[in-house]
Amino acid sequence: MAVAPEILDTYEMTIGIECHVQLATATKLFSGADNDARDKDPNTAINPIDFGLPGMLPVLNREAVTLAVKAGRALNSKIATVSRFDRKHYFYPDLPKGYQISQMYQPIIIGGFVEATLEDGAPVKVRLHHAHIEEDAGKLTHHGTYSLVDLNRAGTPLIEIVSEPDIHSASAAKAYASELHRLMTYAGVTLGNLYHGNMRFDVNISVAKKGATELGTRAEVKNLNSFRSVERAAQYEFERQIELLEKGEKIVQETRGWDDAAGKTSSQRSKEDAQDYRYMPDPDIPPIVLTEEDISAIQSTVPNLPAYYRANWEQLGLDRSVVEALLATQSYAVLVDEVLQTSGPDTARRVAHWFVSAINPGEEAAIIASNFSPEAYIELSDMVGKNELSSTAAKEVFQELLTSEQTAREIAEAKNLLQVSDESAVLAIVDEVLEDPASAQSVADIKAGQEKAIGFLVGQVMKRSQGKANPAMAQQLIRQRLSE
Amino acid sequence: MSSISDFKGKSARAIVEMALEKAREHESFHALLSLDEKRALERADLVDAGKLKGRLAGVPFIAKDNFLTLESTTTAASHFLENFTAPLQATAIEKLEAEGAICIGKANLDAFAHGGSTENSAFGPTKNAHDDTRVAGGSSGGSAVAVALDIVPFALGTDTGGSIRQPASFNGVIGVKPTYGTVSRYGVVAMASSTDTIGVLAGNVDDAELVMDILSGRDSKDMTTLPDFFKPIVQLDAPKKIGVIKEFMTDDVDAGVREQVTGYIEKLKAQGHTIEEVSLPMLKYALAIYYIVVPAEISSNLGRYDGIRYGERSKDAKTLSEVYGLSRDAGFMPENKRRIMIGSYVLSSGFFDAYYLKAQKARTLLINEFNELFNTYDALIGPVAPTPAFKLGENTADPVKMYLADIMTVPASLAGLPAISVPAGLTDTGLPVGVQLIGPRTSDATLLAIAKGVSA
Repeated sequence: MAVAPEILDTYEMTIGIECHVQLATATKLFSGADNDARDKDPNTAINPIDFGLPGMLPVLNREAVTLAVKAGRALNSKIATVSRFDRKHYFYPDLPKGYQISQMYQPIIIGGFVEATLEDGAPVKVRLHHAHIEEDAGKLTHHGTYSLVDLNRAGTPLIEIVSEPDIHSASAAKAYASELHRLMTYAGVTLGNLYHGNMRFDVNISVAKKGATELGTRAEVKNLNSFRSVERAAQYEFERQIELLEKGEKIVQETRGWDDAAGKTSSQRSKEDAQDYRYMPDPDIPPIVLTEEDISAIQSTVPNLPAYYRANWEQLGLDRSVVEALLATQSYAVLVDEVLQTSGPDTARRVAHWFVSAINPGEEAAIIASNFSPEAYIELSDMVGKNELSSTAAKEVFQELLTSEQTAREIAEAKNLLQVSDESAVLAIVDEVLEDPASAQSVADIKAGQEKAIGFLVGQVMKRSQGKANPAMAQQLIRQRLSE
Repeated sequence: MSSISDFKGKSARAIVEMALEKAREHESFHALLSLDEKRALERADLVDAGKLKGRLAGVPFIAKDNFLTLESTTTAASHFLENFTAPLQATAIEKLEAEGAICIGKANLDAFAHGGSTENSAFGPTKNAHDDTRVAGGSSGGSAVAVALDIVPFALGTDTGGSIRQPASFNGVIGVKPTYGTVSRYGVVAMASSTDTIGVLAGNVDDAELVMDILSGRDSKDMTTLPDFFKPIVQLDAPKKIGVIKEFMTDDVDAGVREQVTGYIEKLKAQGHTIEEVSLPMLKYALAIYYIVVPAEISSNLGRYDGIRYGERSKDAKTLSEVYGLSRDAGFMPENKRRIMIGSYVLSSGFFDAYYLKAQKARTLLINEFNELFNTYDALIGPVAPTPAFKLGENTADPVKMYLADIMTVPASLAGLPAISVPAGLTDTGLPVGVQLIGPRTSDATLLAIAKGVSA
């Protein structure tokens, strides 16, 4: 596609996103079957309810309700004291009952908003229309002349979060999706594994000339499962729709699929094929009734959310990118915040930087940190503060500390990384270096006022001490000797 | 008809063999779709060996064929489930078996319980126990006839709009449609979830009461069940105030029916109860409400019969759409299809508000009228059906005429109220007539106690 940038510039996109979040319950929404179907053979994580056997009735999993109430807290939403389930009817082999149980008329989560940040730091606020609880369908696999049905995922609890059309750029769509993921995982609502489809995004996008009062006809790109694909699909649609409009063609209201490899969307079905879902209140499930006390009791268990950390860490003066990188892993954020509360901003800042920079990109997954004791990291920080460890050595200790049961000092000792800060010991080495004829030129240079030459001498001290001498102390002692 | 107490101290095997023999003897009535002789005799032997005990030890019963049972087919009298055997049992069956009862077979019904004559069974109609040229009533026709023919002392039925009460009336047995939520619906093929109830047909009030006592109670597998409120009442502590429903005693109602109901009312007066005439103006809408709400739920509940996982799958189907279309065409009876179409129509976008929602609002008004009367009255009384059992084939050509036969039973169903059908007597032509007692929610035991007083 090729639409000139100056033409793209005359348009604005409007995006609303529907996000399906798989709830981290032990069992399914309406049956006792295992909710974790990963690595299971087809149709083994099911029971007669999921199978849609005659005479089977749904039994609501209260844990799913609890998680929805927690999600409502993370989304700044109101929780309905009375919400209900409805049936959405259609025929498809992965839908065992001929209907999906959802919440059409009285959803549990009402309104709310998400505040995300673009990469340049600009804020994006997206209002939410509502979010409702529903069950997932199964899966089909196609094999040429036949298809197979796997119902393992059928009945998995979801909440579908429906945003208002408040998003106006592909990067904002990505930022929203990413923040939503962060909120849902922080609140403990979902495991958030995108690879396993724990969160899936449907992006509704339309374009219109800037300043236009009416929105354009929208297309919906369904089933995006990464933040990047949300961004790419939105940008692709933006350009595709503008190209059509520029050619004088019309946008068709339709559902489109995303081909990640090709980087393109393609038409799946048009509005004319849209089904009439014949929504009906589900008579098998009594309404969910929650008191304000129930809601507060559940929401009081929601852990700190990203907004809390962002605000609380302002005192650290960290770069925004460092804060966001830390927030990517909730357990790191919790730890840094504990360090801050126990030991103050200087220690917290140092520990924060370790978590962001001492774990090499790409290795995050390989390092499954198990040591989340703030004391361990505070000890490490203190050792640096007292010049017992060089910053390079501290990183090395940190990397080991993440998964170790040893203390920072034990690790440093075992690795022979402790700096020699014993003045007489360092002085002895300084004297050796100064007496070495190889040092004569540098000594002369320094005396002639060339301060830089001291670097060579400090280097020699470090070399002789096998890197353990405290370099600052070495420098100070060299100066002292030369001025005597 | 025999009562449960007649079986006390007798050999369970002998009782079960006798019941099986009677079932075969009365085969021409086509009350039953299957007999489970093997399992029944095995269980009888367990009772005789003292390994199976309980309040119904060795007592044979029959379940309508929409209750899931182990080791025998559960067909719902449909081609769709003709060869379907369930991997589990309905809670109601489990509860009876836990008391030592023995299910000897499955009773005929209108396919998927859609109908009021058992003529919609895919396997042929059941004939009336008193006149084999007449209908059994329905949809629990097989259950009613099995009890009336004394094959078993009681049978399980389901009542969504009169399916226990009307065949009970047509065959001269007791029929109990409990308060909605009294008995778990788990393992019973769903018809209309908001009015489906599980109940009993029996030869006498005491037996009906005992079985209801066993069946009632909360089930974690059915969220709509109520905590167990059913407590048998030996004798009423005071006379009751009973309202005769004026709208059910008009000239449109068969004279023979009115005569028997009036006779029963006289007996109630003789018991000391106060009888007054009452009116429920909303009753004139009840049938219209019912035939919107119930088909809507039916169209939804029958969606699972798609030919993908179990039951009928058309061998001729070449595409997915044909799997659905041809399997459902072959699996469903015309009345099933009619209700699916009505239900799909009233739920479709653009009609939902005008039909389904409006019907639900009218339903609330009907419930309010009942509640209003129950501020003053302990129970309401009237006929169960406007006529005694009609001739086989008499109404089959005219679905609306068939629906009209439900006019007196659907109101209690829509309101979730307990209602029982009690034999009042026979018409001049020898056909049974039932009287209907309707009470406020959870007054089931009181209704039975009122009936017990009359029959005592």
